[in-house]
Amino acid sequence: MDILDLSALALGRAIQKREVSVEEATRAALDAIEEANGQNNAFITVLPDEALARAAAVQRQIDDGTLTGPLAGVPLAIKDNICTKGVKTSCASRILGDFKPPYDATLTEKITAAGGVVLGKLNMDEFAMGSTSETSYYGPTRNPWDLGRVPGGSSGGAAAAVAARECWYAIGSDTGGSIRQPASYCGVTGVKPTYGTVSRYGLIAYASSLDQIGPLARTAEDCAAILDAIQGRDARDGTSLERDYGGLLASLDGNLDGMRIGIPAECFADGLDAEVSRRVLAVADVLRGRGAVVEECTLPIMEYVVPTYYIIACAEASSNLSRFDGVKYGWRAEGYRDLTDLYNRTRTEGFGDEVKRRILLGTFVLSTGYYDAYYRKALQVKAVIQQAFDRAFARYDLLLMPVAPTTAPRLGESLSDPLQMYLSDIYTVSVNLAGLPGLSMPCGPDGKGMPVGAQLVGPALGEGKVLRAAHAFQLDTDYHTLRPQAAEGGAH
Amino acid sequence: MDWEMVIGLETHVELATRTKIFCSCTTEFGGAPNTHCCPVCTGMPGTLPVLNRKVLEYAVKTCLALNCEVTRYHKFDRKNYFYPDLPKAYQISQLYLPIGRNGKVPIRVGQEEKVIRIHELHMEEDAGKLVHDNWIDQTRADYNRCGVPLIEIVTEPDFRSADEVIAYLEKLRSTLEYLGVSDCKMQEGSLRCDVNLSVRPVGAAELGTRTEMKNLNSFKAIARAIRYEARRQQERIEMDHKPVIQETRRWDENKDASFSMRSKENAQDYRYFPEPDIPPVELDGAELERMRASLPEMAEARRARYERDFGLPEYDAGLLTGTKALADFFEETVALGLAPKEVSNWMMDVLLRTLKEKGLEPKEMLLTPETLGTIIRMVQEGRLNRTTGVKVFQAVFDENADPAAYVKAHGLEQIRDTGLVETTVREVLARCAAQVEEYRSGKEKVYGFLVGQCMRALKGKADPQIVNQTLREMLKNG
Repeated sequence: MDILDLSALALGRAIQKREVSVEEATRAALDAIEEANGQNNAFITVLPDEALARAAAVQRQIDDGTLTGPLAGVPLAIKDNICTKGVKTSCASRILGDFKPPYDATLTEKITAAGGVVLGKLNMDEFAMGSTSETSYYGPTRNPWDLGRVPGGSSGGAAAAVAARECWYAIGSDTGGSIRQPASYCGVTGVKPTYGTVSRYGLIAYASSLDQIGPLARTAEDCAAILDAIQGRDARDGTSLERDYGGLLASLDGNLDGMRIGIPAECFADGLDAEVSRRVLAVADVLRGRGAVVEECTLPIMEYVVPTYYIIACAEASSNLSRFDGVKYGWRAEGYRDLTDLYNRTRTEGFGDEVKRRILLGTFVLSTGYYDAYYRKALQVKAVIQQAFDRAFARYDLLLMPVAPTTAPRLGESLSDPLQMYLSDIYTVSVNLAGLPGLSMPCGPDGKGMPVGAQLVGPALGEGKVLRAAHAFQLDTDYHTLRPQAAEGGAH
Repeated sequence: MDWEMVIGLETHVELATRTKIFCSCTTEFGGAPNTHCCPVCTGMPGTLPVLNRKVLEYAVKTCLALNCEVTRYHKFDRKNYFYPDLPKAYQISQLYLPIGRNGKVPIRVGQEEKVIRIHELHMEEDAGKLVHDNWIDQTRADYNRCGVPLIEIVTEPDFRSADEVIAYLEKLRSTLEYLGVSDCKMQEGSLRCDVNLSVRPVGAAELGTRTEMKNLNSFKAIARAIRYEARRQQERIEMDHKPVIQETRRWDENKDASFSMRSKENAQDYRYFPEPDIPPVELDGAELERMRASLPEMAEARRARYERDFGLPEYDAGLLTGTKALADFFEETVALGLAPKEVSNWMMDVLLRTLKEKGLEPKEMLLTPETLGTIIRMVQEGRLNRTTGVKVFQAVFDENADPAAYVKAHGLEQIRDTGLVETTVREVLARCAAQVEEYRSGKEKVYGFLVGQCMRALKGKADPQIVNQTLREMLKNG
C-alpha cells in the first residue's frame, strides 16, 4: 500500500513501529507536492529543506523515546493565515508581501510539540474571505477531483492537499464554513471546534468573534487526535476556554446507542441540490444502524443567518484589516504624495476585490447612523440564533445538515455573482454565529463523481459527540477512503 | 453684557503599572526607540490583547476615590482610525460600558466649596509617538508607549473659571498620588488634559458652541489657555459678530495662543464597536469590596488626623497633606522620634520655601527624612543654633549630604565651652567700655549691640543661651 493513502494515525503507528521513517514519509509528501502543486496550486510556500531537517530531528526524538504521541513524525501543512516564525505568512494577499512573522502562533507551537513536520503553507481565499479559494493573490487552488472545479474555501488549499495525498492532514481556519465547506467539496473530513477550543493567538484575524482553527484530515479519528493535540486554554488568547477535554481519540468506540439526532427540516427546503439532499439524508440510515435515534426537527432561523453573518464578519474584518496600511510591514505602494495617499494607494493596490467589498460593507455597517440599524441588530439576531440552537439541543445530541447547497462549482462561476456565493454559506455560518462545533464528512459522490459532504453540528463543547457519530459512520462506509482520479499515480 | 465660561475636562492619566495593559512589556518611560515592544503591542498580525488585571484594579480604585459608580459588568470597545502611531489602526478603549460613571469631586477655591461631577471614567491603551527628523526629512515611529495603560476621566461641564479647573486638577493629582496609581508627571505626559470650553451670557440656560483645546503641558499652560480661549470666543461674538466654530484647537505655549486643528465637519467617525478579542469582565462583589478596603488613607483623612493627633493648625495640616510625597516625608520624620509640631515648623518654614525657590516638586527632592531629622535633633541638643541649622539644611538639601559631616567639615558646631565664652565676653566688654557705661546708666537698648559683638567674636557659633547668661552676669558684677 502507498503510504500516502494511510490515515495520519496509521502513518503515526507505522513510524512508531519503525516500519516507515519520518524522512521517508516527508520525502514521499514532498514528491507528491512537487508533482501535484503545478496542477492544483494547493501550496503557496513549500519548505523542503526545513521539512527534511525537521524530519531528522523528530526521528531522533522518536528514537530516544521523548516523542511518543500518535501524530509524532506525521507531515502536515498549515493554512497561510497562521503565523510561522520566520516563514512567509501571506493570507494569500498581496498586501502582506513577504511578511515573515517574528513569532509562532500557539497552533504552530502545539503542532511542533506533537512532533509534526510542517511541509509548507497552504493557499486560501485572500484573508479567508471567499468560498472558492479563487480570490488568492497567488492564483486559484483547483479541486483534485476535477481541476476545472473549485476546492471550496477559504481553506481550499488545505482540503485539496489532503485530498490529493500531498500531506496526511492540514490545519485550516473556519469563520463561516471555511473548513467544513472545502472539506465537503474535496471529500475529506474537517472540524470547526467550539469557539475558544483552539487558541487563536497567531491566527491572522478575519472576524475575531467567529474565527476558529481546526483540522482537515482523512478520517474523524485523525481529526480527534489532531484536536487532542492543538486544543487548550492559552494565556495569550483571552477568548480561549478552560475546559476538561478528556481525550477525544480515546472516546471513539463506534457506539451510538441512545444518541438523539435531529434533521432540521428548514435545511432541506428550496435551494438544496436533490442529489446532495439524498446523500445527506442517507447518512441518517447508517447512524440508525449504530443505535442512534434520528428524526426531523425544526431550526427556524435559516433566512436570517446569511445577512447576520455578513454584517458581523465584515464589521470585524473592516477593523481587523485596518492595520495593513503600508507603514510597518508588507506591501507599500510607491509614488505616494502624503500619508493619506500612502494609505489609499497601498490598500487599493494591496487588497483584492472581495476583500475590499467586505471592508466597505463592514465600514458602512459600523458608521454613525447605521450602527444601530445593522450592527446592533445583527448582534440581537445572533442571540436569537443561539437560542434556536439551545432549544434544538435541549432535545437532540446532534443535528445532521448539509454543508453546502451543491457540490463544487466550476472555476469562475462564483466570482461573477458574489451574492450567490454568500448565499451558499447558509448551512455553515449559523454554527459560527452560535460558536458551536461542526464537522463535515464525505457521504458519497454525486452524479458527476464529485464528493458530497454531510455536516454534524453539536452543542457547545460537544466535539466528542460530533466525532463519535462521524467515526461510527466511517466504520460502516468507505466514502472517506475514496481517492480523486486526478491524484492517482501522482506520487509514483 | 457679562459673560461666563463653561468648561469640561477630559484628563488622560497613565497608570503606574509595571507592565502594559495588554502584554507584558515594561511601561518604563523613555528607552531607545522600539525597545519596550513585542508583537502584541506593535499590533503584529495574529496577536491578541489580554487584559492586565492590575490595570483594572487601579482603575477601580480611582473610581472609588472619585466617588464613581463602578460598572460591575464592563467591556472594551474598538475606536478605529488610521495613524502611523497606532499600529493596529484601532485603539482599545471603552465607550458603551465604561468602568466608572457619575462621580463627584469636591473642590475648594479660596473659601468657596463646589462639587465637580465626573461623567465617566474609562480604561484605554496609549498610542506610540512619531518623531520627525528634520535633518533627513523623515518621520519615524516609536512604539514604546503603545499599550501603556491610561484612564480617561471626563467631567461634566461644571467649571466656571480657570481657578476651579486648577483646583480640580490639583485635587485629582493628589488623589492619584495617594492611591499610588500614577506618578502624574505632566512633563513626561503621564497626566494630560483636554479643555472643552464655551462662553455664554451670565444667566443663560443653554450652552454656547464649544471648542476643544489640546497640547496643554502644565497647569500654568492650562490656566493661560483657558483665559485666552474664553476671551477669544467672547471677542468673536461681541466684536466680530461671528459664531464660535466647533473645532479642535492646539495650544502653542511659545506663542501664547491657540490655533485651529480641525473643525467638526472634518471630525472622524471612529466606528466604535465591542472589542471581540477581550471577553466582558465581570467584577464580583467580594473583589470590589476587597479593593474598597485596600484604599489607602487619602488627603482629607490625613489632614484630620494631623489636626487631631498632632495638634497641627488646619492650615499647616492642609499644606502638608497637599501632596502625598510631602505628607509621607512628614510622617517618616516624625516616626524618627521627633515632635510633630517641630517637624511641621521646619517643613513649613524651611523645606517648603526651599522647594519653592528651586522650583521642585516634593517627590523630586533627594533629601530624606533622616537628614532633616538629624538637623532638627542637632538644634534641639544645642549643637547648632537654629540659624546655623537652616544654613546646614540649605547646604545639604540638593544632594542629601550628611549634615553631621558638613557641620564638622565647616566647623559649625555650636560653642558650648563656657570658659571660651567668658574670655570672649570679657574682651568685648573691655573693648566696648563706652557702651557698657551707657548700658549701666540705663540704656537697655545697648544690650543687643553687646550680644551682637560677642556673637560676632565667636563667629556666630556660640550657644546664644550661654552667651546671654555670661554677658548678663558680667554686666551685673563688673
